[in-house]
Amino acid sequence: MSQQLLIRASPWIFTIVTALVWEAACRLFQIPPFFLPPPTAIAEAFVEFWGPIYRNSLYTLSTTLIGFGMAVGFGLALGLVVGWSRAIYAGLYPLMIGFNAVPKVAVVPILVLWFGIGFIPAVLTAFLISFFPIVVNVATGLATIEPELEDVLKALGASKLDIMRKVGIPRTLPYFFGSLKVAITLAFVGSVISESTASNYGIGNLMLQAQARFEVPLIFAGLVALAVEGIAMYGLMAILENRMTGWAQRSGFAQN
Amino acid sequence: MSAFVALDGVSHSYGAVGGSAEGTLAVDGLTISVEAGEFVAVVGPSGCGKSTLMKLATGLQFPFKGAVRIAGNVIRSPVKIAGMAFQAPTLLPWRTTLDNLLLPLEIVEPHRSEMRRRKPEYIERARKLLASVGLGGLGGKYPWELSGGMQQRTSLCRALIHEPQLLMLDEPFAALDAFTREELWCVIRDLHAARKITVILVTHDLREAVFLADRVFVMSSRPGRIIAERPIELPRPRELDVTFTPAFSDIVQELRGHIVRARQG
Ligand SMILES: Nc1ncnc2c1ncn2[C@@H]1O[C@H](COP(=O)(O)OP(=O)(O)OP(=O)(O)O)[C@@H](O)[C@H]1O
Ligand SMILES: [Mg+2]
Repeated sequence: MSQQLLIRASPWIFTIVTALVWEAACRLFQIPPFFLPPPTAIAEAFVEFWGPIYRNSLYTLSTTLIGFGMAVGFGLALGLVVGWSRAIYAGLYPLMIGFNAVPKVAVVPILVLWFGIGFIPAVLTAFLISFFPIVVNVATGLATIEPELEDVLKALGASKLDIMRKVGIPRTLPYFFGSLKVAITLAFVGSVISESTASNYGIGNLMLQAQARFEVPLIFAGLVALAVEGIAMYGLMAILENRMTGWAQRSGFAQN
Repeated sequence: MSAFVALDGVSHSYGAVGGSAEGTLAVDGLTISVEAGEFVAVVGPSGCGKSTLMKLATGLQFPFKGAVRIAGNVIRSPVKIAGMAFQAPTLLPWRTTLDNLLLPLEIVEPHRSEMRRRKPEYIERARKLLASVGLGGLGGKYPWELSGGMQQRTSLCRALIHEPQLLMLDEPFAALDAFTREELWCVIRDLHAARKITVILVTHDLREAVFLADRVFVMSSRPGRIIAERPIELPRPRELDVTFTPAFSDIVQELRGHIVRARQG
């Protein structure tokens, strides 16, 4: 009982202790606040700039979620196609690896060229950076159906579509929901990259402006805001995963 | 008597381009015929092509030479009538035991189109089948809540629920302990006796083969062919006691001799 309580409380304890150590270190070694502001200074910046932080956080959240939503739709569809056929898998895989290897920072200028600065490049960067893990996981789930189970079903006269519906898609769900946790975190990276080079809004842009004005605590406040959003979305995805595919965890089904 | 399953001079190789003797020749000139309602066991050295024989007989693989016939017709696609069970139970972890049993009925006609209407009847059928293998009342459990032996029973039930004419068993008891295995021998024996289905059993266990089968076929090492055929005249119904009789041991010894020679040659 007390053990369980400890496990529940421990994330908070660790966060608080980290903040305390940080604060203490800043004071003890007299680190200048424009180099590394202590948590109290960051909290002050939060209070002082709450309006812009709030507005820009919502903005970043919206670009991220739209990009992520597109990645889910596209990633799921492409993953099903790639997992469906060996030939498509063989054909597309090198292309996708190559695409994934390209740093998305390098793509932003092209997106700006096509769509101008602002909302669309941020959404697209979030999308481009986050669909890959979804595709790979969905395809893996489909490709790892036990051949013996496939034989059992084929000997009953099952079509490829039957096998996908009865076995492939259900067994892919844990892989799919597992990949969402990774994808949402990457989507934040994508939108912030784009905002900090090619936008007038968003947390990325806020931090860039704070840097220009040398308001270092505000830069850190932006980072903290991103971290909080990231944790919240990750948590949401984890809950979703648990709700949808609890059987996978209870049965010890192969994950990633 | 006409053969129900007949492989006639069948050769099959894996990994060949366009189907020929290139690649890994798994079976070569394999001829075997199984009567309707007969229980046949196939034994042979590891890697000799026993699983390949199962796949050929069910239309999951096609030979580049020779013909595979079921009920007189050459097969050109998977058979649609066979129940199969393997060494691994391969149950679906997101379905309960009962729902796992219903899976074949969701695929095989006519059950497939009547699933919605006759569901209560099918569930009742699945319950009875589970009870008949000693799993009464466990239909609501998930496969991962069952022991290995229970999972294997469930897998056998799944192979039988649609009342197939042909039951293909590829080392279904290999991963089980000796007691559970012998218990399941009796389960299979009784199912075969009750339903008069045709059974082809691949096994490494010669006692298992002799206890269950009407005829035992011995395969050579790869590329596999039949090198011996041994009718088992032990009267039915057979009890486990029969495995301790001299007549039984003699047959097992004889088969062992064939296998030893197959491995050498
Ligand atoms: N999918 C495959 N691709 C390539 N080669 C294969 C394939 N399946 C089997 N083989 C080869 O065909 C031969 C016969 O295989 P098979 O699985 O039929 O043997 P087996 O008698 O069932 O063996 P075991 O007793 O170990 O189960 C083996 O040499 C194996 O390497
Ligand atoms: Mg085998």
